Amino acid sequence: MELFVFVAASIMVLAGAIGVVTRSNPVHAALSMVLTLFGVAVMFVSLEAHFLAAVQVIVYAGAIVVLFLFVIMLLGVDKAEDVHTEPLKVQRPLALIVATGIAGVLIAAMFAGRDTIASGRASIDLPTVEDSDANTRQLARLIFSDYVVAFEVTSVLLVIAVVGTVLLARKRRGEKSEVSV
Amino acid sequence: MIAALIAEIKPNSTWYLVLAALLFAIGTLGVMVRRNALVLFMCIELMLNAVNLSFVALAKEMDDINGQAVVFFVLVVAAAEVVIGLGIVVAIMRKRVSASVDDLAELKG
Repeated sequence: MELFVFVAASIMVLAGAIGVVTRSNPVHAALSMVLTLFGVAVMFVSLEAHFLAAVQVIVYAGAIVVLFLFVIMLLGVDKAEDVHTEPLKVQRPLALIVATGIAGVLIAAMFAGRDTIASGRASIDLPTVEDSDANTRQLARLIFSDYVVAFEVTSVLLVIAVVGTVLLARKRRGEKSEVSV
Repeated sequence: MIAALIAEIKPNSTWYLVLAALLFAIGTLGVMVRRNALVLFMCIELMLNAVNLSFVALAKEMDDINGQAVVFFVLVVAAAEVVIGLGIVVAIMRKRVSASVDDLAELKG
């Protein structure tokens, strides 16, 4: 059963990721990303990170993808771009080689570091509470005790992001739009 | 017989880490190949998700909830990054017709 869940979720993740890279229409790419994000959320559930799975669906698949779609529609770039003409002939094969290399290096590094993972295991003993929201409770206790400063700083970061975006996207007084979109 | 054997196999953290590595590589491939600024942002999101996945897999493996706390902060920063990035794209697109990053070459020599 766990194997089945893993295989199904990895097919979702990889198919969605390949869709993001290959689909020429940005709207299709955004919808492929939803597939990937849901696959990652399924994996979070099977890794017993229930709170993060919920946040993944709400924040990523909900808010961020909707933001992407909003911007795509607002700018009117929802036409399929021409992905078949490539100005630089070597770019695609080279990028493919580099990406394969990155994957190879990451996997090799992971297998090289497996012993370290095994020795670092269970350095912190957590009380294993066997109720349904144990994960959320542990995470909340950690964030509001050890990471409380970082938590407050992220709220400042979000305010700065909102104010900055409003400033960036606002039409300045007297400025005329040069292209009618 | 075979079904029972398959049911015995349980995915461990190595499987998740290999998948995260593949997802990260696909994300980098997208950043290197695509020209549309919005799709570039989506590929960066894929890479962030790969890192999140490996954090959670290792948090499970090492029985340490700190990994999940890090993922929480990564989510918040990713949201802020997307908001700022899309704001910049909107500001640029006010002057231009296409979202291709190749057109943004004014600072070139």
